[in-house]
Amino acid sequence: MLLDGKAEGERLTLAATGAWVAQNARRLEGEIDGMARRNGGIKRVDIDMAGIQRLDTFGAWLLERLVRSFTAQGVKAEVTGLAEKYRALMDEVRGVKADEAPHKEPGTLTSAFASVGLAMVLVGGTISSIINLIGALVVAFLRMASRPRSFRLTSMVHQLDNVAWRAVPIILLITFLIGCIIAQQGLFHFRKFGADVYVVDMVGILVLRELGVLIVCIMVAGRSGSAYTAELGSMKMREEIDALRTMGFDPIEVLILPRIMALIIGVPILTFLGSMAALYGGGLVCWLYGGIDPDIFLSRLKESISLNTFQVGMIKAPFMALIVGVVACVEGLAVKGSAESLGLQTTASVVESIFLVIVLDGMFAIFFASIGM
Amino acid sequence: MALEPISQANGNGGAKEVIIEVSDVVAGFGDHLVLNHINLNVHRGEVLGFVGGSGAGKSVLMRTIIGLVPKREGSIKAFGVDMDAADDHERQAVERRWGILFQQGALFSSLTVKENIEFPVREYLNLSQRLLDELAVAKLEMVGLDASVCDKFPSELSGGMTKRVALARALALDPEIVFLDEPTSGLDPIGAGDFDTLIATLQRTLGLTVFMVTHDLDSLHTVCDRIAVLADGKVIADGTMETMLASKHPWLQAYFHGKRARLDASPLKSR
Repeated sequence: MLLDGKAEGERLTLAATGAWVAQNARRLEGEIDGMARRNGGIKRVDIDMAGIQRLDTFGAWLLERLVRSFTAQGVKAEVTGLAEKYRALMDEVRGVKADEAPHKEPGTLTSAFASVGLAMVLVGGTISSIINLIGALVVAFLRMASRPRSFRLTSMVHQLDNVAWRAVPIILLITFLIGCIIAQQGLFHFRKFGADVYVVDMVGILVLRELGVLIVCIMVAGRSGSAYTAELGSMKMREEIDALRTMGFDPIEVLILPRIMALIIGVPILTFLGSMAALYGGGLVCWLYGGIDPDIFLSRLKESISLNTFQVGMIKAPFMALIVGVVACVEGLAVKGSAESLGLQTTASVVESIFLVIVLDGMFAIFFASIGM
Repeated sequence: MALEPISQANGNGGAKEVIIEVSDVVAGFGDHLVLNHINLNVHRGEVLGFVGGSGAGKSVLMRTIIGLVPKREGSIKAFGVDMDAADDHERQAVERRWGILFQQGALFSSLTVKENIEFPVREYLNLSQRLLDELAVAKLEMVGLDASVCDKFPSELSGGMTKRVALARALALDPEIVFLDEPTSGLDPIGAGDFDTLIATLQRTLGLTVFMVTHDLDSLHTVCDRIAVLADGKVIADGTMETMLASKHPWLQAYFHGKRARLDASPLKSR
């Protein structure tokens, strides 16, 4: 017992004992709330604090809370016997206006709708900042074209090394495996109606038109887009971007243009390498698993695909690179002060760029179909 | 938790309890020795100001004491517990008894002000949400803020407010000693003065021991009971402001009698 009560008629005498400190706060809160409810006909409460060993902010606040709850019930409460050294602490606690402690309002149906609305507004905001950044990039590009010496070649080469050269092994491995899997699945099912050899057509067209560029862009969005967002976001958090701006440099020109140019150059190269690796993987599986000789595979491939098929994939690559880069930079610049927001924006960057790459791919499919490519 | 006095020995003649004892500590990075066989005692109830040139290793000593920088030699005792020999449980018990105010505040950026202050309390003590909220407001008011900042995020606070909230978090578990790393840096002179007053008041009300790394001569004048000076990896002087002012050591002369030294500030604690 940290608090012992004795009632005599209209008078309640409470005697405090033990250590009124943080470690005992939970027990003490229970005892104090129990005491505060015991108010049957009491007019006056004396709280004797002489018996306590120690008092800290936790104990002091709980004592103050006890006094306040009695006072609120119209009971006169008085604290006696408090050691001199705790006087200043009690005075401090007495001024606390804890009723103002804000309480979170429970979620209502309205707030659920409000959050949907807010999410839509945020989507609108992202779209408009993507369009803004594309505009700013065009301006920066034109300015750079008029003064080619101002282009940050070193920066772009450095980014190119990061996003393209260092990505080559993983891209080759993944596209090779995808090529193998498509060929294997195709053989397995086409064999049922004796159409084995059409697997070559399927692998060739699928890889060159769609899969090569899509797989590469998804990889790049996860690998380099997230890195761009995190880099720009932490630069924003540490006011480095503001510092650049105050020195008279345009962050778009210094930071963003070289990064996006690196992607626009790097992604088509990666797409080419990836498509070749996928065809190689497909050919290997056709030979080893499907019994289609490499010679037959190659001649069949020559018949089934044309330069068009290859061009369709390669034309899409730089546009998709632009989308990945722009989304990554927009999300990076949208980072606010906290570490959490950096994480959120990086996630958003990857999810949005993969989504937009696929949407763009669909639009290209319609476009190429209507121009007959 | 019983608090037995650990050591009664004290060079100043009084019988004050030593709560942090740094003996013969060596620490450094690579070939560079920042702390070279350093000795320092912190006594219960004092405000120790720790000064030294930039890069002299003041923050390194503070971080060595609280265990963030590994030391190469020597021993550190906190509340009588040798931090090297302590197991996890003892170490945690010691860590509950000190609070640290980092130079940049080090508030958790994804938590609100209220959640930041409640965090250590919530982790160590199993209290009701109502009590947690009330205590968070109480701590905020103690550091001169009010309930209106509760739901703000650290990125929305000004520099002075960040320091105050960080102090409130350092005080959340009612520590016996607080380590302050340049508490007034980055504050305007009025804000810095207010912060000094706040530290003096809290020291009085809560019976705190304060270990303060600082460059602020006004803070040294107004709140510190004792000043320790670090140079060349050692404590070269240790004593009251008067001792410092009277010293003939060239570095102390330059520091305390330099252009920026103002000798008219009167100690807050004696008012």
